[in-house]
Amino acid sequence: MGLGSDMYRQQILDHYKNPRNYGELEDPDFTHVGENPSCGDTIRMQVALDDAGETIDAVRFTGDGCAISMASASMLSERLHGMSIEELDDLDTDDITEMLGVDISPMRVKCAVLGRQVAQDGSKIYRGELDPDDRTKTEE
Amino acid sequence: MGVQEQYPFDIEAVRADFPILDRKVGGDPEMPGEGPGDDTPLVYLDSAATSHTPDQVVDTIADYYRGYNANVHRGIHQLSQEASVAYEEAHDTVADFVGASGREEIVFTKNTTEAMNLVAYAWGLEELGPGDNVVLSQMEHHSSLVTWQQIGKRTGADVRFIEVTDEGRLDMEHAAECIDDDTQMVSVVHVSNTLGTVNPIPELAAMAHDHDAYVFADGAQSVPTRPVDVEDLGVDFLAFSGHKMCGPTGIGALYGREALLDELQPYLYGGDMIRRVSFEDSTWEDLPWKFEAGTPSIAQGIAFAAAIEYLEEIGMENVQAHEDLLAEYAYDELTALGGVEIYGPPGHDRGGLVAFNVEGVHAHDLSSILNDYGVAIRAGDHCTQPLHDELGVAASARASFYLYNTVEEIDALVEAVGEARDLFA
Repeated sequence: MGLGSDMYRQQILDHYKNPRNYGELEDPDFTHVGENPSCGDTIRMQVALDDAGETIDAVRFTGDGCAISMASASMLSERLHGMSIEELDDLDTDDITEMLGVDISPMRVKCAVLGRQVAQDGSKIYRGELDPDDRTKTEE
Repeated sequence: MGVQEQYPFDIEAVRADFPILDRKVGGDPEMPGEGPGDDTPLVYLDSAATSHTPDQVVDTIADYYRGYNANVHRGIHQLSQEASVAYEEAHDTVADFVGASGREEIVFTKNTTEAMNLVAYAWGLEELGPGDNVVLSQMEHHSSLVTWQQIGKRTGADVRFIEVTDEGRLDMEHAAECIDDDTQMVSVVHVSNTLGTVNPIPELAAMAHDHDAYVFADGAQSVPTRPVDVEDLGVDFLAFSGHKMCGPTGIGALYGREALLDELQPYLYGGDMIRRVSFEDSTWEDLPWKFEAGTPSIAQGIAFAAAIEYLEEIGMENVQAHEDLLAEYAYDELTALGGVEIYGPPGHDRGGLVAFNVEGVHAHDLSSILNDYGVAIRAGDHCTQPLHDELGVAASARASFYLYNTVEEIDALVEAVGEARDLFA
């Protein structure tokens, strides 16, 4: 069996079927939507910061897509809680595959990193470092 | 009688011509070719994306490079003459294959998309304007849809889309409404690469010609899989790709009626397409060379003809009969599995492909899991995003069949789909 079977370990399927922090925040500091045009995956991330505006206090997401993108967003939503904005900025692809705990086949990496990209771009728009008209896409 | 006993030709003999069908998969996808970890037999059900290439065609390419590689239409030396003759005669073979009157009507292009763009640029940009319209269907591949859409934007011509019925067929009443006296071109896919629908091109051509409009059939999925004759279809243009019909990539063809091609200005300028050049002006070569600027894909063109000879040896009626048999079997077996939604007309009335979704499983997840079973299918929008919007799904899985596929391979597909469905249940 190749990489694919490993991708669908119980943890991934569990997060896909029972996504954590799925829904909406009443009063988010920022909301951002991104998509993966080639597969139609769409994720919306909402983040609320603490009073100092530096630490992530709450995260909610909604989305529509494959098991890898949805499970990754769900696991990320748990991971982001209590994280600083700088730490969010620093999350790279390796951090995501480590978080998922499985090997992601090359063609599926863009699915795995969509949630992270949406959260990072949302944060940058919130801080005025990215043009809000730039929609997040994981195709490069 | 088992389905296998109805094969219209010796399938084992055909499969022996395609050594790639024996390879195993499952190892590192960043290492091309069979290597360590490749331990699962390949079940290749993605021929609508690209077909495999038989030894006879691979040998043709090798023979060219080993034996008579030279540029065409350039030299007086023997190698150039050998290459030129073979390359030119390849046009005759393609012309015969689709019932064209001769090489004048066959322009070699990179692929179907380039053939579509050739007509869109050489004819569309010149002839279309505000008040005109081009009629497509909702099931067009992006190769036609995006091309005419953009030509429409640049010329001010309206682009209309014939609607697709719930059963995945063209709404011919709507077609009659779309095609009017302002219609200049009706450009419709012959066999849908997503729905498998075989569209009534002769009927559409008659409607178009009643309004003095031209007809362009996208034959990317039909020419490889069934007998296609431009006279029977009644089309003015037909485009198709070599790599979907046992040929190499990088070669395709545009059929155009000679009188029409004669009127069109070149789409690409440069060497090989000119007759006489001065600093002030140039004149053009005869058809089809007028449209083949620069050094063409010589080996690929010659191999394209070899692929056609291979298919003719088997017989296109037989290829179609085999496709029909596999499509109907796959449709019935996937339906019987349950939890599978199949798009397009019923199994006995479609081209050799089945696009579907499994309840609760994203097409990309399905394709990843099927890959573990060695089953290669396509997952995504199949270059028909607007059609997927109409179907109300972002993506679908597609299994497509060709002359070398077997009933056992469809059984492997259905079993793997069942496993995926159960994993996500």
